[in-house]
Amino acid sequence: MSSLTASRALAPVGAAGKLFAFALDVGRALFRRPFQLREFLQQAWFIASVTIVPTALVAIPFGAVIALQVGGLIKQFGAQSFTGSASVLAVIQQAAPIGTALLIAGAGGSAIAADLGARKIREELDAMMVLGIDPIHRLVVPRVLACMLVAFFLNGMVSVVGVAGGYVFNVVLQDGTPGAYVASFTALAQLPDLWIGLFKAIVFGLIAAIVASYKGMNAGGGPKGVGDAVNESVVITFLLLFVANFVLSMIYLQIVPPKTG
Amino acid sequence: MGVEIKVDDLTKSFGKQLIWGDVSLTIPAGEICVMLGPSGTGKSVFLKTLIGLIKPDKGSILIEGTDIASCSEKDLYEIRKLFGVLFQDGAMFGSMNLYDNVAFPLREHTKKSESEVRDVVMEKMDLVGLVGAEDKLPGEISGGMRKRAGLARALVLDPEIVLFDEPDSGLDPVRTAFLNQLIVDLNAQIDATFLIVTHDINTARTVPDNIGLLYHRHLAMFGPREMLLSSEEPVVRQFLNAQKVGPIGMSEEKDADELAAEQGQELPPLPPIPMQLDPSNGIPRRTQRAPGEWCRDNGVTPPPGSFESSNAGLAPGA
Repeated sequence: MSSLTASRALAPVGAAGKLFAFALDVGRALFRRPFQLREFLQQAWFIASVTIVPTALVAIPFGAVIALQVGGLIKQFGAQSFTGSASVLAVIQQAAPIGTALLIAGAGGSAIAADLGARKIREELDAMMVLGIDPIHRLVVPRVLACMLVAFFLNGMVSVVGVAGGYVFNVVLQDGTPGAYVASFTALAQLPDLWIGLFKAIVFGLIAAIVASYKGMNAGGGPKGVGDAVNESVVITFLLLFVANFVLSMIYLQIVPPKTG
Repeated sequence: MGVEIKVDDLTKSFGKQLIWGDVSLTIPAGEICVMLGPSGTGKSVFLKTLIGLIKPDKGSILIEGTDIASCSEKDLYEIRKLFGVLFQDGAMFGSMNLYDNVAFPLREHTKKSESEVRDVVMEKMDLVGLVGAEDKLPGEISGGMRKRAGLARALVLDPEIVLFDEPDSGLDPVRTAFLNQLIVDLNAQIDATFLIVTHDINTARTVPDNIGLLYHRHLAMFGPREMLLSSEEPVVRQFLNAQKVGPIGMSEEKDADELAAEQGQELPPLPPIPMQLDPSNGIPRRTQRAPGEWCRDNGVTPPPGSFESSNAGLAPGA
């Protein structure tokens, strides 16, 4: 009985270890030739096509909410001239990578998990291994790289759309001064803020693709197993993303001094 | 010319559930073997262990001096090039049409030009009778066609060992007969080692040179076709003749009460042994033995009426 509880208590550690081992396998296959360029381009195109429109639609209200919230707070402090800067900082450092990640995980990751899961239960992955082809190299690596690439560009799009949305809401709804909003951009925000935003987006794309691929390739038990795999991959990705975001933000705030004046 | 597979003391369990233990057998080079067993006795697990998709807990599988059970991932991918595997549902890649599916191993593993690839693919498609269906997607064709397409893909790299996972499941009797004939013809043509996993006894009675029976977590018997078909061993006899009387029950094993109730019940006589399926050109395969040879060599009298027709002694309704 005691061994049973012990094995049950340690089960999550085992699952985390397997996920990590899988990530290492992917890392090793990353440098193996030949690179699957065709699969990579197809996947990048596919992931972009399922994420661009939802991401843009999410980015507008995201930017607007931040602009409204920050605008309202800043007005109470009497520092309206910094409204633009504060909302830019919030959008680029936090909202853009998180928004990107949620859509990459929700739209791109779920599609990857479903695709690989379906291949798993139809024995396609077994067939591939038997034909002497490593599915991690052939299928997973292109997907992971495609996810990272698309996350990088989506992050740029969310930043632009979010900042533009914030601008419109600040100027139209909160009677902000257009010139002051734009002019204050550089008051608090600085170039490294953009780098950390992009870096985060790439890391989130990596995590989302790895978790989705792992869950898809380990789906089992027929069609229901695929559904479960998709569901679990999205939930696990979200959890990991928020933890990773917290850690990355903390490190960034420690090593990059905030801009003053 | 085919490769021998030597399995020694193989054991596999999932968690605490033992699937089978101490399985030892040698699949002779170039011969056709059938692995039989009631549903759920781990036949497919056995097949997947042979190609290294599942690691056994214990034991070894020797192919050309490499132990599949313990070799490195790299050696495994190398040795798998000797194999062609037909999966239960064909396992075609859903996103490619049949032509690309069959061409896939060639494009990945060889430096053949597209026109050479085309020649090989069309040759194999012709072999399985699928010429004209190259542009179809796996989702658009019937199960029987998917299986034949899977067979074409399995054959494209000229394998030394071909494994069939239930080639007859989900096919009607006519298609099954055609597929069995195709298997025999293929063996005559390419001389590879064939292993068929099935629970169709008609296939088992007429196609192979050797039969193995997995039952109750072990290998009950493995040997020449005539040895098993003339065997008095209760499990073998019950299974190969599709009878209710015997140690196999609805749920794996019968309990003591059921067995006691059967005590003294007369076993039906062994049905005659059918002729082995000949290649369609009539020339015997290289590894084929003359009908009744094993029985004569071992002093076994085959059941009356044996070796008179190719469908003698088929189970009624099967």
